[in-house]
Amino acid sequence: MPINIKNLLPAHSNFRKAMLRPDLGAITGVVLVFLFFFLVARDTGMFSLEGSMNWGIVSSQFIIIAVGACLLMIAGEFDLSVGSMIGFAGIVIAVTSVVWGWPVWLSIITAFVLSMLVGALIGYIVVKTNLPSFIVSLAFLYILRGMTIFGAIYSTQKTIIGGVTEISQGDWLAPFFGGKIFTGLFQWLAEHGWIQTFIAGTKAGQPVVSGIPMMMVWALALVIFGHFLLTRTRFGNWIYASGGDAQAARHIGVPVNKVKILMFVFTAFCATVFATAQVMEFGSAAADRGLLKEFEAIISVVIGGALLTGGYGSVIGAALGAIIFGVVQQGLFFIGVESSLFRVFLGVILLLAVILNTHIRKLITGEKE
Amino acid sequence: MSTSPMMELLDIKKNFGSVNALKGVSMTINKGECHCLLGDNGAGKSTLIKIMSGVHQPTDGQIHIDGKSTIVKGPRYAIDAGIATVYQDLALIPLMSVSRNFWLGRELTKKIGPINVLDFEQCNSILMSEMKKMGIQLRDPNQSVGTLSGGERQSVAIARAVFFGAKILILDEPTSALGVYQTSNVLQTIEKVRAKGVAIVFISHNVSHALSVGDKFTVLCRGETLGTARRGEIDYDELQFMMSGNKKLSELQKERVT
Repeated sequence: MPINIKNLLPAHSNFRKAMLRPDLGAITGVVLVFLFFFLVARDTGMFSLEGSMNWGIVSSQFIIIAVGACLLMIAGEFDLSVGSMIGFAGIVIAVTSVVWGWPVWLSIITAFVLSMLVGALIGYIVVKTNLPSFIVSLAFLYILRGMTIFGAIYSTQKTIIGGVTEISQGDWLAPFFGGKIFTGLFQWLAEHGWIQTFIAGTKAGQPVVSGIPMMMVWALALVIFGHFLLTRTRFGNWIYASGGDAQAARHIGVPVNKVKILMFVFTAFCATVFATAQVMEFGSAAADRGLLKEFEAIISVVIGGALLTGGYGSVIGAALGAIIFGVVQQGLFFIGVESSLFRVFLGVILLLAVILNTHIRKLITGEKE
Repeated sequence: MSTSPMMELLDIKKNFGSVNALKGVSMTINKGECHCLLGDNGAGKSTLIKIMSGVHQPTDGQIHIDGKSTIVKGPRYAIDAGIATVYQDLALIPLMSVSRNFWLGRELTKKIGPINVLDFEQCNSILMSEMKKMGIQLRDPNQSVGTLSGGERQSVAIARAVFFGAKILILDEPTSALGVYQTSNVLQTIEKVRAKGVAIVFISHNVSHALSVGDKFTVLCRGETLGTARRGEIDYDELQFMMSGNKKLSELQKERVT
């Protein structure tokens, strides 16, 4: 007989309440992961400023797409087209700016508008046909990827389009995705010898870490926005309700279809933020970018305590899930472990998270085992 | 009792293609009265509820609200007109807290700077006092609805409908899935609501539950009403007989014995 937690705890103790926090598992996970790598990889430079930037940026990338996937999952839907959307948005920016000569700001805005329209279309099809979003967005995974590769080859005979860095010099919008903030502070720290500087080469004397990349700023901003929207606003209540029981929510007058479509649009928005920041960082777009990102987003969200069936979850949890993801992926690299083992870890932790979440769901809803 | 009834259904007919779900149903719903609608599965109870709550439009017949002929265009229109429906299993969302459920769709907000945020303090304190008035002991407004018993869920859903101005409350099988103790709690809640002057349409196939709260009884059988009786004019066996359509259960039992 498995131990039944329900019987061990008084019905409404604070401890039990804490057990029911959706993000408890992710908090524990983050603590364990940091503890592990601090013990194992302390000497590898993983926790130096430069090393921290490394896993920090990777985690931020996961966070950006996880926030969108989290709110969408709580609203009761999935979007498997996120990865293809990242490739699509990147190619839209590169083709319109590099090939067609549009100003970069216009290319970026165009990419956002197109992606969000596709997101709205996916949402519209889901609510109108009542088909599982799993299937509808899977269709768009292929449609978008195919169109992206076709568009790139048709317009440039290549699947990788470079030269974005050169033309985005002086653009007003590009720095919001590719720039860094607090560069003055880091310069100042370097001048005082408090942080590492390059010793040789063209950048000699400049700090190794020259500022906080916009990728991190976006991640933080999206987490704050998502968490606030979900927990503190009327609309957030409707997100929970739409995923918790769409029919009951409709009976009470919640515009369930509108909520769901908007969450698909928001997921597309997050994917485009990711794509734009990546294009600005690499100076190029590639038609195959974003492969498997939809699953990485969903895994982060599930590790973060959200239920696959909707109606329950936490943006903070999803962000912590993304951090676990980023720290482990980069940490294994620091300690020199074969990177294929990361996937094994991922599979195992996903399974554990789903089992834990399902158990917590039973505690909340009082379903019988 | 007020002079004109709150809601009158006059010869309501509803066809789904060639199926005649309702073949001319009439009933009158008065203020502060609990009108029980009894019928077996497939008798047309659900169709009638959906017509009253605006989900379906009748094929023929009229609905009068406060003496005026009205077309209940949709669920939203029904709610605005004071007609609230509490469905058996669709009343509340188990994963959400009682407070979030209670206020769903009509959340109280306050302004922090330019942004409207949920006013948890006010939501929770009003909820707790409303629940107390209904005689529902709630431990914590933030406990999830999933931790409530089936009876408590029905009571919370009823309290919510009444709080938000329901004048006619349609209860779809509120007690059919409940045990004896929980049923009595829900029936007590219904009693309290009726005392406030709310008209109640109590849909059930359980004759004894209906008899314990009902003022009037209308039996629906294969899409037709077999008449309306007042409390005291009819007993358990007669209602059971009308519901079964042809024979009294007690007679059936006698036949089996002999």
